[in-house]
Order: sequence, then C-alpha cells, then structure tokens
Amino acid sequence: MVAPKDLPLQELYAPGHRLCAGCGPSISVRMALKAARGPTVVVNSTGCVEVSTTIFPYTAWRIPWVHALFENTPAVASGLEYAYEALEKRGARKGKVDIIALGGDGGTFDIGIQALSGMLERGHDIVYICYDNEAYMNTGIQRSGATPRGAATTTSPAGKVIPGKRGGKKDLAAICAGHGIKYTATASIGFFTDYIDKVRKAIEVDGPAVVHVLAPCPLGWRSSPADTIKLAKMAVQTGIFPIYEVVDGKYRMSLKPGKLLPVEEYFKLQGRFSHLLRPEFKEELEEINREIEGNYRRILGLAGEQVA
Amino acid sequence: MYRRGGVFTGEGVIPYTGEGSTVTAGSAVCTQIGCAYTGNEAVAYAAKQCNVDVVAAYPITPQTIIVERFSDYVANGEVDTKFMYVESEHSAMSACVGASLAGARVFTSTASQGLALMHEVMYLASGLRTPIVMGVVNRALSAPINIHGDHSDMMGSRDCGWIQLFAENAQEAYDLTIQAFKIAEDPAVQLPVAVNLDGYTVSHATENMKSLTDEDVARFLPPRKPIFKVDPSTPISVGGMALPEYYYEIKRQQEEALRQSRHVVKRVGKEYGDLTGRRYGFMEAYAMEDAQAAVISLGSTCGTVRSVAKRLRAKGKKVGAIKLWMYRPFPAEELISAIKGLKALAVMDRAISFGAPYGALCSDISSSLQNTEVKLKVLNMIYGLGGRDIPPATVERVYRDVLQAARTGKVEERVMFLDVRE
Repeated sequence: MVAPKDLPLQELYAPGHRLCAGCGPSISVRMALKAARGPTVVVNSTGCVEVSTTIFPYTAWRIPWVHALFENTPAVASGLEYAYEALEKRGARKGKVDIIALGGDGGTFDIGIQALSGMLERGHDIVYICYDNEAYMNTGIQRSGATPRGAATTTSPAGKVIPGKRGGKKDLAAICAGHGIKYTATASIGFFTDYIDKVRKAIEVDGPAVVHVLAPCPLGWRSSPADTIKLAKMAVQTGIFPIYEVVDGKYRMSLKPGKLLPVEEYFKLQGRFSHLLRPEFKEELEEINREIEGNYRRILGLAGEQVA
Repeated sequence: MYRRGGVFTGEGVIPYTGEGSTVTAGSAVCTQIGCAYTGNEAVAYAAKQCNVDVVAAYPITPQTIIVERFSDYVANGEVDTKFMYVESEHSAMSACVGASLAGARVFTSTASQGLALMHEVMYLASGLRTPIVMGVVNRALSAPINIHGDHSDMMGSRDCGWIQLFAENAQEAYDLTIQAFKIAEDPAVQLPVAVNLDGYTVSHATENMKSLTDEDVARFLPPRKPIFKVDPSTPISVGGMALPEYYYEIKRQQEEALRQSRHVVKRVGKEYGDLTGRRYGFMEAYAMEDAQAAVISLGSTCGTVRSVAKRLRAKGKKVGAIKLWMYRPFPAEELISAIKGLKALAVMDRAISFGAPYGALCSDISSSLQNTEVKLKVLNMIYGLGGRDIPPATVERVYRDVLQAARTGKVEERVMFLDVRE
C-alpha cells in the first residue's frame, strides 16, 4: 500500500473550487488524481463536483476535463477512448491516455447505469469512479438507488409513519463485476491509501475497471464537516459499507474482519439517521442492523472469510 | 420542357437545369462512377469515402442498413474506422460527442425514436461545437408506432442548433453527406450536420447514381483539423457551468455561428458542383422565373412535385417548384428572393406541429415573410404522415388549389390535411 509520504505533491485538482467545507466527493477526486500515472483525461457527470469545479470562466482541473450530461459520462468517455485509438492508428496523435470517468451515485446507480453497463460490456480501457454520497445532493438531497435504508432525504423524509428510505442500496460492485470485468473495488476516503491504491490498480488494468468510493456529504448527511473522514471510516468499521476488491471475479476484503462497531455510533453523528434512534422506530433499527450484518457476512463469505 | 437557366441572383438558389431525376446537371471535372445504391447504402458509402475515424450507432428501422453496410466495411477491412456498437441512441450521440471532442471525424445515423432519444444530446453536440455528421432516415414518431417515412422526427429536433440538410434521392443523400463533413468541420462552423433522407422512399429504393473516386473525395475533404481538442497536449476544461453572467453570450455566439454557416454551405455546394457538375446551395428552384404559383417541399416529395409542375408547365400553367436542401439555418432572404414574384405558395409539411398555427416549414416561411414588402398567399398542406403515399394526383390538387389562390387572392383553408380520412 502506498505510504502517505510517497504520494505525489503535484495537485492536478486545484484548490479554490466552490465545493463545501468537509466535502467528501471533493476529497475523493483530489485523492484519485494522486493515483494518475501519466497523461489523463477526466470525464465528469453532472453533479456537485462538476458544477462546483468549473464555473465559467474558472476551472479547478489542471488536466483535460469534459462534462457532457448527467447520464452519459461512460458513453462520452468511450468516444474519447475510440477517438484516441483511431487517431493514433492513423498517425494523428501519439501516446497512451488514461481516461477516468467520474460520476456521483445518482449518475451511476440510477440514470447512468445503462451507459455504464454498455461501457463495461464493450470493454473500453476506462476507469469509472463512482463517488457515493448516498443521495442526489446537488439538487438538494433526494433519495437515490444508493441511499441506504432508513436514511432521511427530502424525497424519503422521516415521517410519522415512514422512517426514511424504503428499500436498500443497490450492490453496484456486483452489478459491475457481473459484466466480467477484471477489476472492481469498493473504497472509502476514510482509508485513503487503500483508495488511492485501488484507483491506481484500476488504471493499470487493461480494460474497464470500477472503483466505488464512499464520500460523505456533510450537508446531506447533516453531519459536522469535521467528521467527514471519521464517518467514512466508521461506515467501514460498522459493516454498513464494506471495502473489498473483486479481481477477475474473486472477492478479497481490504481490511481484516474485526468486531463491527455498533451502527448506532455511526447513525448518532448524522441527522439523516437521527429518527431511527427514537423509540418508535426501534424495530426498524433492529431490522437495519440485521441487514447490515447479513450483507457484511455475505461479502465475507464471497471473499472466503469468517466473521471474527 | 421548361427552358434551362434561371434569372435569380438570390445567392444559394440553384436553378434546376436537369433533365432526369437527379439534381442540376453540369460538366464534371472528376471521374464519376456509375453505380446503383439505395439511399442508406449511398450514405454508408459516402461515410466510408470520407474516411471517418469513429462511428457510434444503434440500429433502428429504417436506418439499419447504414450501420449494417458500415459494419461490413469494418469486418472486411475496407476501413480502419473504430465502430462503437452502443447500447442506445443516447449513448451513440454521447460517444460521438466524446470522439469529436478528441479531434476525430465522427459519423452516426438514426431515425425516429432514436432521434427523439438523442434529443438531449443533440443540444450538447451543437453547444460544445462538435462537427458530427448524422444521417437521419426520416420516420414517423410513436404513438401509434409506425416505421414509415415522415418528417416528425427531424422537425421535433429542428431547434437543436444543427445544420439540417434534406436529400431528395440517393444521389443527393450521397452528395450531401460528403459536403456535410466539409461544412461541419470548417473552422468558421464547427457545428453538427444532419443529412435527412426519407424513410423507405429514399432509404430503401435502389437508384442509379454517380459516385466519386476515393481520391477525389479525399482531395475534396482533407483530414479534419480541429480548432480545439480534448487532449493531454492541450489541457482544457470543456462543458463547464456557465451562470447567467456568461450563458447568454455563449448561446448567442452559437446562434451566430449557425447563421453564418450559410456562407460555408453555399461555398461547399459550389465547390462540389465545380468538381462533380452537381451544384448545391440552399434550395433548387424549378421554373420560378415567371411562376405565379409554386409548391415548396423537402426530401423525396420534391421529385413528385417537380414532375407534376413540368406537366402543368407543358399545359401552359405558370407554376414553379422549390426544393429546400437546407432547412437550418433557414435561408429566409434567399427564399424570399425566389418567391417574391409569386401570387401564391403552397407549403408542404410532412409533420404536424401539434397545436401550432401551421406545420413547421410553413411557420418558418410565414414568419420570414413578416415585415417584408412581399405579399403572397400561403397555403399549408400537411401530408404523408406515417408513410402515407403522396401520388402525383394529390400534388395536382395542390397545384390546382394554389393556382386558384393565385387567381382569386383567397385562401379557403389555412391548413389542409391531404389524403386523410376525416
């Protein structure tokens, strides 16, 4: 694993953008670009990162960057890849370009999943990074296919009878790995050397690779900006967001399984879950606990490991 | 037979001087190869000769043969184009935008629902100034589902900021596709171009035509020289957010580029004419010099209209016909120069603009006439929806109505729906 002191000092993602204090997605982008190995182009879906880093006439990107639409980033990236290949074949340009396609959870889990599936199926040499802050934060905190069960958003509010979002989070890694790609990983900005390693591995893979990184949003999670990294760690330690790799179809946990932290500790720090700690939703909380543990055990099982 | 030549000085108005079904005949300076293609095959062959770098396309009736033929070229090693078999038209156009931004020459084609699905991305293609060329095989829109020809698809996307050309037959589909790349990629233009051909009538009918040699196409259309590109050698940000302080200026510049592209369309049409003897411009005018009544149309219907006009001319009726090759940017001044001597004009719309006063073409013409000194009666004919045939007898009735309006100065019905059971 890369040591923090060995990370490049060069910042391809410049300061001065307009993202919030404590913004997890912003941290995820800065870290991802520390893994760049050479000439790199970023294609970015509509979302917080896009709107806040390129307000005309400014840009926070020191490498070529393209924003097209919300749901078509993998397709735009595919076009760039084919063009570079075609132009190189015809002697009109030279040299490998690494392409990173970047989307939030709404752009990836929901509206963009068709284009992502097409990109993976066709086998383009592109790294897809999904920064997951678990809701449509750019439009003001609406539930997405990545919002965990019970979380309150403006479209899955914690009401008197319905305690936040119904249904759970899609298993994005399994969906991507199901395309038979060589490399899929989940990561958290709380374990940033692990995350940067995973992005680099994804870049080095010949063919499509996906990194799904948890990136807390203080505004949407109603948490302290100072707790972003702490929460990103706790999500892994509570088992609610296990981090692992799927290499050629084989699962491998990124952390040794240990005793899980009680999920209540994680929920306590976030307004979006505060209702679950009220007595009337005790059963819901118990059910969520069972689901988290069940999912964690499932992933461990896939990786051939046992719960400690 | 109406005599050759024309009196119009309106730039881009090309007098019809042909004898056959193809466009204006002239003397070619290049080798012309006699061949027989369907419209779809002609477009695919043109794209092949234009040596495109990337194609991204999704199959849809009646466009499929374009992607099938191009797939054959790829599979047989006749081209080294990268063909991306995408999972939707939305991704087809998106991939084209990405490839074009990287500096590649890019082609795609679609029809109907495919074009509707691309709608969002078409605005992106023009807004990011990507010179993509697309063959649009015009087909009706659902519901009810119908795979046959009409112009509902393109008319629904007429304000997307694309240059829009319409072909009458396979020859024109071929010629316009080659010109489209040269127009799109011109440094002054940098806008996408749609080449429209009527579903089935043009796309699936085999016609005798003339093609150019690969060498002549290569001379006419050198490799693309992008004025900017997304490449690590020139790190730029493309597609960022423009707030109210900037957005309006950017869109104004885009509109100006589209308006100014007319000069390039005209120049390229002339260059192509000098090379092949088939001269293009904004429109072709048949027998308009002393006409009192005329019919204007787009696409394959123009051939039927012209043949009826010829018959009526032989009977001494003072009728003319206009075929519009370029629908966007709309050549308002040039069209007015061509129709200013008329007493009445019938405008053929092969799509309904639901709830609007007229069909789209007629709305454009009527509004172009506003604030001019030109006074003429305008009749709007909606026709041919969902592949409903437009036989010469129907066009004769259109001429009868427009001649009557010219004579009486009266229009009985503002919009007529031709050959429909009411």
